[in-house]
Amino acid sequence: MSKVLLEVKNLKKYFKTKRGPLHAVDDINFTINKGETLGLVGESGCGKSTTGRVVLRLLEATGGEVLFNGQNMLDFKKKQMAEFRQDAQIVFQDPFASLNPRMSVSEIIKEPLVINKTFDNKADVTKRVKELMDTVGLATRLENAYPHELDGGRRQRIGIARALALNPSFIVQDEPVSALDVSIQAQILNLMDDLQKELKLTYLFISHDLSVIKHVSDNIAIMYLGKIVEMSDYASVFKNPLHPYTKALLSAIPVPSVDVKRERIILEGDVPSPINPPPGCRFYGRCYERLDKCKDNTPELIEVSKGRWCACHVVNK
Amino acid sequence: MNNKQLLNIQNLNIHYVTDDGTVRAVNGLNLQLNRGESIGLVGETGAGKTTTALGIMGLIPDPPGVFVDKDNAKIEFDGENLLEKSESDMRKVRGSKISMIFQDPMTSLNPVIPVRDQIAEVILLHEKVTAKEALEKAEKMLDLVGIRRERAKDYPHQFSGGMRQRVVIAIALACNPELLIADEPTTALDVTIQAQVLELMKNLKKEFNTSMIMITHDLGIVAEICDKVAIMYAGSVVEFADKYELFRNPKHPYTIGLFGSIPDIEKDEDQLKPIKGLMPDPTDLPTGCPFHPRCDMAKPECSEVEPGSVQVAENHSVKCLLYKN
Repeated sequence: MSKVLLEVKNLKKYFKTKRGPLHAVDDINFTINKGETLGLVGESGCGKSTTGRVVLRLLEATGGEVLFNGQNMLDFKKKQMAEFRQDAQIVFQDPFASLNPRMSVSEIIKEPLVINKTFDNKADVTKRVKELMDTVGLATRLENAYPHELDGGRRQRIGIARALALNPSFIVQDEPVSALDVSIQAQILNLMDDLQKELKLTYLFISHDLSVIKHVSDNIAIMYLGKIVEMSDYASVFKNPLHPYTKALLSAIPVPSVDVKRERIILEGDVPSPINPPPGCRFYGRCYERLDKCKDNTPELIEVSKGRWCACHVVNK
Repeated sequence: MNNKQLLNIQNLNIHYVTDDGTVRAVNGLNLQLNRGESIGLVGETGAGKTTTALGIMGLIPDPPGVFVDKDNAKIEFDGENLLEKSESDMRKVRGSKISMIFQDPMTSLNPVIPVRDQIAEVILLHEKVTAKEALEKAEKMLDLVGIRRERAKDYPHQFSGGMRQRVVIAIALACNPELLIADEPTTALDVTIQAQVLELMKNLKKEFNTSMIMITHDLGIVAEICDKVAIMYAGSVVEFADKYELFRNPKHPYTIGLFGSIPDIEKDEDQLKPIKGLMPDPTDLPTGCPFHPRCDMAKPECSEVEPGSVQVAENHSVKCLLYKN
């Protein structure tokens, strides 16, 4: 059996807008091995959440392939999709908006089991719900509580329990801790880590927070305006970033220490619009190392050294 | 009161009285700030950071907000007790001597007025100038925060989040206030934009010699921009120190817990060391030390005795019974 669980090839997602096609995800490639976490990081509007949704087919791709266990799930018919949906789940960013306010905790966690007719009798369903609540650290006395009665951390635990209900192998974590306070965030990150080890889960972890990404990921992909600009194991990205954007992004993080001094690279301007992006490197306008050829030639994501990928003319001379 | 001190808050108590109970948002808060200094007010949701800021500004909504034990409390600013000032006097202070930057640049600007006019409004209100001069100065302020003059007549929706926050900063600094209160000014922004805005605030602070209260939950921002740090928990300052002292030598178990909760970008760690449990319900705060149910080092007396402030070093005080002499 292959080590690879998910392989994304030339994936594209364009949205139609009045002003032209919006290139949310533009020709990206990555793979995730079984039991590992790929951290997908970038600023708002870079296409990271869209990527997470396209690989689950919550949005239909414009082009490319998504191989799940070797099969292109973008071609799956209804029955295969139903099976895939049990195997691949998502935890959303906002634990306030992603839970139905009219359903109790146990009803929310139970729903996937009921829809998929996982168990024949109610007793087994109830037992499984209790088991799941226990797994994610929710007291069973809360089973009849409603989401509005609970704090953000507990709500996010409900979201995780719901995602785990059908024993998936793959979970897209779409900014699961960004709405939480730091002390609660740390509890949830530890929980996800424990679950991954225990249940051999594979994560696509989407976040804008590099310190969170570093903590959870085996490999990291950095996105900018619909493209992956750098990808490698987590340690190398932080020790020796290659792409000018990665360097700037890393240097921009405020470090909670008074003894670490960092050289800060301040980027000028804002992220440009992804509608009708110009040819050439997407980062050209804000880049402080740009060359003339960057303006018109789009750099390819190529393997610079073993396991280290970068899309930049300056690096890939 | 010495002349160095700009702000001196003593025994501030602010409660919100609601049908579901009394929310004790700020409890016996003490805070001092010298001229030209910036202080980081750090804490999690519901710690009372924003209520403290609104209290200083005299913007606590009443009802439900109430100053409790007002006779023994004071917010002394530039030698005057703000709590004794009338509403019309406070209006003269707000925007000219004390300004505030709010968290969300999307909602703190008026969507139907060009940004230049929004900056001019505060100048017209507080300075003896003509409308033309005010607009002129507004454009200068835009220059200062790095927005081109051609864009002065644009509306807020035509700007990105980072640019909007620059406009808000321009409004706040337009009358050269002595104290700037920034309530999570970069939380809604991306990291590279956050870096731009922080850099700008650092430079402007130096240029105008403004004192600042930076409200944030991000210890990284504090390390970057502040001189002193006050850690808030359940409505009071539990630890107060010089920045270097606090980061190198944190004393309060809550502060230590906060540091343990942040994934460290410089180091590899397998597991984070989170603080157990949740923030206490502000309508039903624990007796004694409010942190004791979550504290690993709690002793039996922690649930009975409310800890006073203990001086552990020069410019370093902690509210914790562990350090009682």
